[in-house]
Amino acid sequence: MALYSEKVMDHFRNPRNVGVIEDADGVGEVGNAKCGDIMKIYLKIGGGVITDVKFETFGCGSAIASSSMATEMIKGKPLADALTLTNKAVTEALDGLPAHKLHCSVLAEEAIKAAVKDYYDRNGIEYDPSQFPDCGSCAHCCV
Amino acid sequence: MIYADNAATTKTSRAAIDAMLPCFDTVYGNPSGLYAFAQQAKEALEDARARIARCLGCDAREVTFTSGGSESDNQAILSAAKAGAAKGKKHIISTAFEHHAVLHTLKKLEADGFEVTLLDVHENGIVTPQQVADAIRGDTALVTVMFANNEIGTVQPIRAIGAVCREKGVPFHTDAVQAVGHIPVNVREDNIDYLSLSAHKFHGPRGIGVLVARKGMRLYSLIEGGAQERGKRAGTENLPAILGMAAALEEAVQNMETNAAKVGAMRERLIEGLAEIPHCVLNGDRNERLPGNVNFCFEGIEGESLLLLLDDKGVAASSGSACTSGSLDPSHVLLAIGRPHEIAHGSLRLTLCEENTPAEVERIIDAVREVVAYLRGMSPVWRDLVNGKTPFVIP
Repeated sequence: MALYSEKVMDHFRNPRNVGVIEDADGVGEVGNAKCGDIMKIYLKIGGGVITDVKFETFGCGSAIASSSMATEMIKGKPLADALTLTNKAVTEALDGLPAHKLHCSVLAEEAIKAAVKDYYDRNGIEYDPSQFPDCGSCAHCCV
Repeated sequence: MIYADNAATTKTSRAAIDAMLPCFDTVYGNPSGLYAFAQQAKEALEDARARIARCLGCDAREVTFTSGGSESDNQAILSAAKAGAAKGKKHIISTAFEHHAVLHTLKKLEADGFEVTLLDVHENGIVTPQQVADAIRGDTALVTVMFANNEIGTVQPIRAIGAVCREKGVPFHTDAVQAVGHIPVNVREDNIDYLSLSAHKFHGPRGIGVLVARKGMRLYSLIEGGAQERGKRAGTENLPAILGMAAALEEAVQNMETNAAKVGAMRERLIEGLAEIPHCVLNGDRNERLPGNVNFCFEGIEGESLLLLLDDKGVAASSGSACTSGSLDPSHVLLAIGRPHEIAHGSLRLTLCEENTPAEVERIIDAVREVVAYLRGMSPVWRDLVNGKTPFVIP
């Protein structure tokens, strides 16, 4: 059996939405180079809708595929949808990830939430902080 | 496919296969039997033992067949530890970048009250005889230092380390799994007391190896149940694999100089070609390394994605990144030579053999250059480095 599903390999080989949005409305970065994964998400928001999204990832195949899939799942959607995107949904959309790689989908979820939080912070929009778990809440890392 | 993972395993040679086949349906007797048909197998077994001993510079009686390098490492270390403990010696010296077959066995011994000193291997990946001499104490039961490192290919000054141990009367084991068949290894001349090797690293079959224990060195059995291997390793001998190993070893030793020259030249070209990639570093000493080993770290990228994309381009290689090791930490070898975590994640090991060609080396260089550039293009770490937000670790 292959290491990854065909879906994962497709998103890894042909990642969607790779790049940078220079005038992004919200930017989120999670992970740690020491642990081997960093994800950065750029959001363009207009009228409460995610009009564009780009990502940059330093990490393994599943980290790149998770970023790609997660951006696909929120592009063109209302901002509220980004906040309800779960790592489970990302994993399912990828037809699963190996158990020791599930953490990559968590990073994708957290990176998107961090970008939304950045957008809220920039625009003085109030929010419930408990909606935004930070990187430290995850026990994956070696740091 | 370009196979560049020969340190992981090698293609079984034609000579090894030809030596094995008759054992399955012609010379298939159990060497323990008393009838002539079984004795024919016994003769083949002892003939292989003698030939292997000749290749290694030891006596046939000093050769014990095992299932491979890991078993040999376990048995050698546990035997020397037990013999040492009987004399009240419970200190073992090794290095920080040994194979896990050695390190995990030492961990087990630590739990049993042994004290273990792991010597620093420096940035070049080489331990010195002086370090060993300085670390030896009155209660040292064993020194175990690998002949050549499996990840970064650095070759250790084994003969000089062996001489230090001999002088101080301390048993010396070397895990020679990566060295045998590739560079000269001679148990007698190199002052080795225990030596581990594995056949599939030199075009022999898998699941077979040797533990050499020099005359006078204790050997305790890990597996009970029969008198095979003079009671040191129970279980019906794996005769096909043993004959395959003997054939592969003889072939490797006979062609060692030619192969090393050919492979070494390809290694040089590969190092030269990859070194042109910006912000990369060769891991391990530039000269004191196995003929086929190339190991680089590339800043700003992660090893697993590098391997997957190289696979897409038809190159089979390996990495010391955490994602490929199945653990959360990157390779202990790269950490031992002082590479920071974030750099160790971006490592690539390419190991060549005489079946590779210079044209393949050029294709590998092109593929690695393309993939590294592509992954850096989507890496936020690389962007920060390039924009000067964070300093480069590798100049």
